[in-house]
Amino acid sequence: MTTSEIAITRTSAADAVGLSSLLGIRNVAKQFGKNVVLRDISLDVAEGEFLTILGESGSGKTTLLRIIAGFETASAGEVWMGEERLDRQPPYRRRVNTVFQHYALFPHLTVEQNVAYGLRVAKRPEAEIASRVSEALEKVKMSAHAKSKPSKISGGQQQRIALARALVNRPRLLLLDEPLSALDANLRRQMQVELKSLQREVGISFIFVTHDQEEAMVMSDRIALLRSGELEQVATPREIYGRPATAYAAQFIGHTNLLKGEARAGVVRCGLLTWAAALPDGPALFSLRPENIRLAPEDSTAGRVRVRGKVRHQAFHGATELIRVECGDGMVLVVRTPGSGGAVSDVELEFSPADAVLVRESPERI
Amino acid sequence: MFSRAYKAAVTLPPLLWVTVFLLAPYLLMFCYSFWSVSASQTIVHSWNLANYGQLLRVDVYWQTLLRSMWIAARVTVFSLVLGYPLAYFLSFYAGRKKDLLYQLVIIPLWVSYLVRAYAWKTILGSDGVLNTLLQYVHLTKHPLEFLLYSPFAVVLTLTHIYTPFAFLPIYAALEHIPRNLVEASHDLGATPGQTFWKVILPLSIPGVVAGATFAFVLSLGDFLAPLLLGGPSGIMISNIVVSLFGAAYNWPLGAAISFCMLLLVVTLLVLSERLEKKWSFS
Repeated sequence: MTTSEIAITRTSAADAVGLSSLLGIRNVAKQFGKNVVLRDISLDVAEGEFLTILGESGSGKTTLLRIIAGFETASAGEVWMGEERLDRQPPYRRRVNTVFQHYALFPHLTVEQNVAYGLRVAKRPEAEIASRVSEALEKVKMSAHAKSKPSKISGGQQQRIALARALVNRPRLLLLDEPLSALDANLRRQMQVELKSLQREVGISFIFVTHDQEEAMVMSDRIALLRSGELEQVATPREIYGRPATAYAAQFIGHTNLLKGEARAGVVRCGLLTWAAALPDGPALFSLRPENIRLAPEDSTAGRVRVRGKVRHQAFHGATELIRVECGDGMVLVVRTPGSGGAVSDVELEFSPADAVLVRESPERI
Repeated sequence: MFSRAYKAAVTLPPLLWVTVFLLAPYLLMFCYSFWSVSASQTIVHSWNLANYGQLLRVDVYWQTLLRSMWIAARVTVFSLVLGYPLAYFLSFYAGRKKDLLYQLVIIPLWVSYLVRAYAWKTILGSDGVLNTLLQYVHLTKHPLEFLLYSPFAVVLTLTHIYTPFAFLPIYAALEHIPRNLVEASHDLGATPGQTFWKVILPLSIPGVVAGATFAFVLSLGDFLAPLLLGGPSGIMISNIVVSLFGAAYNWPLGAAISFCMLLLVVTLLVLSERLEKKWSFS
């Protein structure tokens, strides 16, 4: 991705949120010895925004978060908060707080003392500390456990305390490093909703790191997709799902069919499929979501691409069904339908050319 | 899971060992402490508390015991003062040199105790390295006499010898502190100094207690350093026990003193165990 393209993505996304920028990451790079972890990352976080940094393990997402928090120094680039150069400040001077992956609660302090920690070191008056701590504990519904030691409460409860301990300091920006990864699936879903509504309530910008694309989709205002240390796409969940910029983005977020084709004189040819598209001549790659392909009804709709195929595999998922269809010439399309009504063998498929989204190749990176 | 024969075969040898070489001698010592010595230098097996009474009545015994505790207390404080910063530096700031420095701390433990004690003798004596140097640079005109054959020499030597014992448990405790707690503290606005006092020190207390116990108990029972470097003013309780069991041939009194020390040490170990438990959170 070139710098100008990032700039375009950034501006449009910031406009979409419609708020002023709080955090500016400018051309940040990081390497450990010869191992390049991040290269040329530029990203803005708006006031009150919920931004998710999404990526596989090893993509550099945690390193980026640690650079913002101040636990790592960037090898190049700058981090700004408003007019303030953040990356030259030690972590304890940044108005940024973190919710750690394994909570990192102080085991020798009670829940209450954990939450009060930031205010105590800032030497706030005791009366103010007491009222802010009890308010924070109430907000995360943990007032009953104020006197407990962290080892005596459950993982989900520790999670809430970690959140309260960070928020009680009224940071301008909250960083969350895979905070839900240690919770079981049900609690996780519940916490996703709670976290999102809490974020709306307090109005603080959140940067949330996760490898779970579903979590990212559910919670975020915008998703920054990171791959091998580079930003693949920064966009709203709807945009990144509906208009993925790259083959990687299309595959990482949801299922997709990648179609390799050739454009010539305004016509795209992908195996047996052809449709009209105003593209420059040359090879082209398309992403076509399974739910955008339909089992074709008898009466054909004008302007749709149709193809016949043999069903190779059928998987029932409850609300929908995934069908793998071989369309000849080695092309296999995955189709998501509301229900085929039983086993089928020969089908006719159709989709609208508008749903075939042109994406860039994602070359392998080391 | 395991057969009874196997369990017996595994547990019996250590049990026997402890009984024969530890419990039985202690029991024997305990018995001895109630007996006495006749004028003809034979042990009289009559039970009485005379030895314990003598321990309280004769000044030299309880004074020496108190002095030993005072020496051991100073050794403990100095070992902690030296060992803690070293352990802290190694654990948090040594980076890649950590293993090397750790070995350097350990290596002196492989050198014979006697060699190290004698080394201090050559440094502290009237013709020793230190006095020669002080006179050479004209800081003093005459050799400083208090350097050797004094409680000072004993405290110095014992501190040198037992600092690694204080260092090791502190280092282990510091290594066990999850680093994300330190990050969390910085993240919440605590300076490195505040982080040390509020997070690192409290979480290393079990190591400090263990290290202090090592230094105190080991130096309390030490008899070589006072023998070699203590002189008359630096005598410790073990030296008295040694002479009672040896030249003085008063095993019963020696046994009574030994038993009192044993009681003291066991009490300390129980207390330190409790303290360690109270301050460990995992």
